Amino acid sequence: MTKQQARFEPYDFNGGTCVAIAGADYCVVAADTRMSTGYNILTRDYSKIYKLADKCLMASSGFQADVRALQKVLGAKHLIYQHQHNKQMSCPAMARLLSNTLYYKRFFPYYTFNVLVGFDEEGKGCVYTYDAVGSYEKVGYSAQGSGAKLIMPVLDNQLKSPSPLLLPAQDAVTPLSEAEAIDVVKDVFASATERDIYTGDKLEIVILNADGMRREFAELRKD
Amino acid sequence: MKFDTSGLESTASVFGTAGSQLVDGFSAAPAFELPTTTDFDGFQKEAVQMVKPAKGTTTLAFIFKDGVIVAADSRASMGGYISSQSVKKIIEINPYMLGTMAGGAADCQFWHRNLGIKCRLHELANKRRISVTGASKLLANILFSYRGMGLSVGTMIAGWDETGPGLYYVDSEGGRLKGTRFSVGSGSPYAYGVLDSGYRFDMSIEEAAELGRRAIYHATFRDGASGGVASVYYVGPDGWKKLSGDDVSELHYNYYPVVSTEASEPDRMVEA
Repeated sequence: MTKQQARFEPYDFNGGTCVAIAGADYCVVAADTRMSTGYNILTRDYSKIYKLADKCLMASSGFQADVRALQKVLGAKHLIYQHQHNKQMSCPAMARLLSNTLYYKRFFPYYTFNVLVGFDEEGKGCVYTYDAVGSYEKVGYSAQGSGAKLIMPVLDNQLKSPSPLLLPAQDAVTPLSEAEAIDVVKDVFASATERDIYTGDKLEIVILNADGMRREFAELRKD
Repeated sequence: MKFDTSGLESTASVFGTAGSQLVDGFSAAPAFELPTTTDFDGFQKEAVQMVKPAKGTTTLAFIFKDGVIVAADSRASMGGYISSQSVKKIIEINPYMLGTMAGGAADCQFWHRNLGIKCRLHELANKRRISVTGASKLLANILFSYRGMGLSVGTMIAGWDETGPGLYYVDSEGGRLKGTRFSVGSGSPYAYGVLDSGYRFDMSIEEAAELGRRAIYHATFRDGASGGVASVYYVGPDGWKKLSGDDVSELHYNYYPVVSTEASEPDRMVEA
């Protein structure tokens, strides 16, 4: 008989959904707090939003162990950056760092789906959306994770602005106020929770604006 | 196996070697981490399945009397799901050179960024810009060194150097071809059809741009994996310039205006 060997299975999928919206002078990032494996709910209260800098947040879904490892690597690299440059990293720089960090594991990927939010050099809100191996794009809004396919079409319908690739260029700012954006986020999560088993329990919303950072919670279905 | 990531090394070393002790491991030249498995191919196949890189694209480039036209769509899909309608598939390597992206989004984005760094370093070391031939070979050699490891890149490097306009096709299988007319991606058969039938070397810039735009439009019309915005760039002696960016669903009504249906309805399918 041939020798049997244990299969190399390093990944699990813990679900979860992240949404981010950028406005002219604010940005909103939200994620549910459920963490599951298969049909099992492991916890109803685990945050997916990580603060990388004062004005830069990352929300991640996918495999929790990889998410945590990625958060620690970025946190450590940012700490070194602060020691070397005596300032916090800008959001576009952090976006590039995240892209490179993900691509360095191209042949053994972090099984994570991320959105990064913050303010660009002009102080405007921005959202960067990623795939698992580091391709990224600056957008006005984005959804990542298990509920993304349910949420993205709704966001397109409510918030879509002219493509930045158009020439002559057209103004492409999300036409929403901060309060409206928060309402949209609450609605799309309530809807995703109805149809996605990996989304639910509680919604964590973090708002960045001129006043700083604010955190809100909203309840979602727990079934 | 040791990977060449020299172009990506941190410039932090200018602060002296004492610092590198402190940061322990983080300032070291980054290298690609490999899974510790005996079945690398099987693992790659599964991992790629989980992160499903974007495939399905139409890109094209051609040389004519005044320079090079480069055009592309802007759709990214993961299987049947459209993950973005606003991807920048024409990558600006430097003011005189463009790259196109087809295949894995991250692979293309990362290695073009890497090529941009290498081209700039060449410029600083040699006091002149790198040739299109040289740049394409730089990329082709890197991709060749990863052959068989699952990278997915199909690209065209277009630019203007000391010898005039240049155009190369480079892919992750190690191929590198010099030519005057290329199209890459799932929509390329449709684009080639329009391109080949309309191409003339002595076109004006406006005619050439229109041909590129039309070819992309027809590819997005027949290929489900292509769509979004048709971008057209021109590279001439003074560098590249974006000529147009049009939503293809609006181009549709330019090419096929809605005609009055008073007289008859010839478009309606009728059972004979």
